[in-house]
This record gives sequence, structure tokens and C-alpha cells, in this order.
Amino acid sequence: MEQKTRIHAEDGKQEMIITRSFDLPVDLLFKAYEEAEIIEQWMGTKVRKLENRKYGGYLFETHDPKGNLAFEASGTIHDFVPDKRIVRTFEMSNAPFDVQLEFLDFEPLSDTTSKLTMHVVYRSATIRDQVLKLPFAQGINMAHNRLQDIVNKLK
Amino acid sequence: MNLRRDVFQALADPTRRAILLLVASQSMTAGAIAANFDTARPTVSKHLQILTECDLLQQEQNGREIYYHFNPQKMKEVADFIEPFRKLWDDRFNKLEAIMKQRMNKSSDKKQ
Repeated sequence: MEQKTRIHAEDGKQEMIITRSFDLPVDLLFKAYEEAEIIEQWMGTKVRKLENRKYGGYLFETHDPKGNLAFEASGTIHDFVPDKRIVRTFEMSNAPFDVQLEFLDFEPLSDTTSKLTMHVVYRSATIRDQVLKLPFAQGINMAHNRLQDIVNKLK
Repeated sequence: MNLRRDVFQALADPTRRAILLLVASQSMTAGAIAANFDTARPTVSKHLQILTECDLLQQEQNGREIYYHFNPQKMKEVADFIEPFRKLWDDRFNKLEAIMKQRMNKSSDKKQ
């Protein structure tokens, strides 16, 4: 089966391309990036600020169940063309990855389907690889933590 | 989702890693695998079940015996460090698609 989400990351390059096809008309796909309330649902984060215009900015925040800040990301919007394109920066707070540049292109494939191409540029190839490996490392950590929980219960 | 089927969880256990190493060299029956461990037979069976559920092992019926094969394809997927990153975005985009489809259906209901 062909994968709907694809990652293209060549060795030694400081960029990657994420592509995804959707069973959605392009205007609905774009809307999911345009409305704070919808972003909150699929990104699983609070949207503190979202100014969809050139020179605008955004701020996302996620808190853990205890109310501590777990994730914070922000950026500046450089270009905002409805149903077509968003160019923005993205930076995670308290993470050693520096700011990244994102080009989001939205295109219709038919009246009912569309495609998103995310071109992400990092400060260096090393940082790109670190960001790519993050969910992999978390997967292993989570497995180890679960194992640790089980072991602790046995004690 | 059954956490037990998570391939990372499966690999986090040292006995299961030892089983994979053993079966990687040749296909074996559950009995032959269990003979290599001090662990109780039902415990080994449980490990085999977990490894099979997450596709690291495959079963093949040979007469009355069931042989366990190592699945290098699945291992390759795990070794590919990009896969969890891809999965993260795939899950997000699936959610986005589901939410927007729901809205699309709701608004078409209103029009009727």
C-alpha cells in the first residue's frame, strides 16, 4: 500500500520535504491551518496567538496534566496566501534546534482531493537529523519508561 | 491500541531480543526456543506471542509443528529512524483529515 505521508530527507542535507495527499478539497485542507480552533484539535496544542498575515506570528503551547508547560513553539509568518501557501519560521522553546524555515504549499489534485508539501530548512544537517530522530528516541524512552513502571510495581 | 503490540515495547525486553537473535539464524519451534532459556515455557510462549503480534516473528505451519521465522522487513522498519517521525506526522494528518471530513458532512447536512 502506498503511504499517504512521505518524508524525503537526503543524507547530509539540511532540509527535508514532507508530502501528504488528503481526501479533502484544498480549501478545507487550508482551513485546518487557518483556524486556531481546528489547529488545536489536530495538533493537540493550545493556540495562544495566530496572526495569519505577512509579518504576523503565532504561538503554540501545551501543558502537561499537572499544568506545567510541556511544549512551546512560535514563529513569524512571512507569506500567507489562502488555499495556496504559507511561509513561516518555527522554533521550539527550550530545545537546542534553533529556528527552522517552513514553506507550506497547498494544491488541489481534484475537486475533492488535495496535496500538502512542507519544505523545511534547518540551520544544519546535524540539527535536521536530531529533529528527525526525536520521535524515534522518544519511542525507545517510552518503552523503557513503561518497563521501568512495571519493574517498580514489582518492587 | 494494545501497548504490547508496540514494536519498541517488544524490543525493550532483553529475553525477547535474545529470542530474535536465536531465531534470526534459523526458524525454530516454540519448544526448541524455550529449551534455550531458563524461563518457564508459558513465559516464553507469551514472548513469542508478543513478537508475533508486532510482526517481528512470523509463524509457519509445518506438519504438526509451528515454526517461528524472523521477519527482517519489520526489523528494517524499526532500524529506519525516520519511520517514527513519519508516523508522528501521518497520525497528525489523519486526525486533520478526519476532523475536516466531519465538518464537511455537518455543513452539507445543514444545507439539506
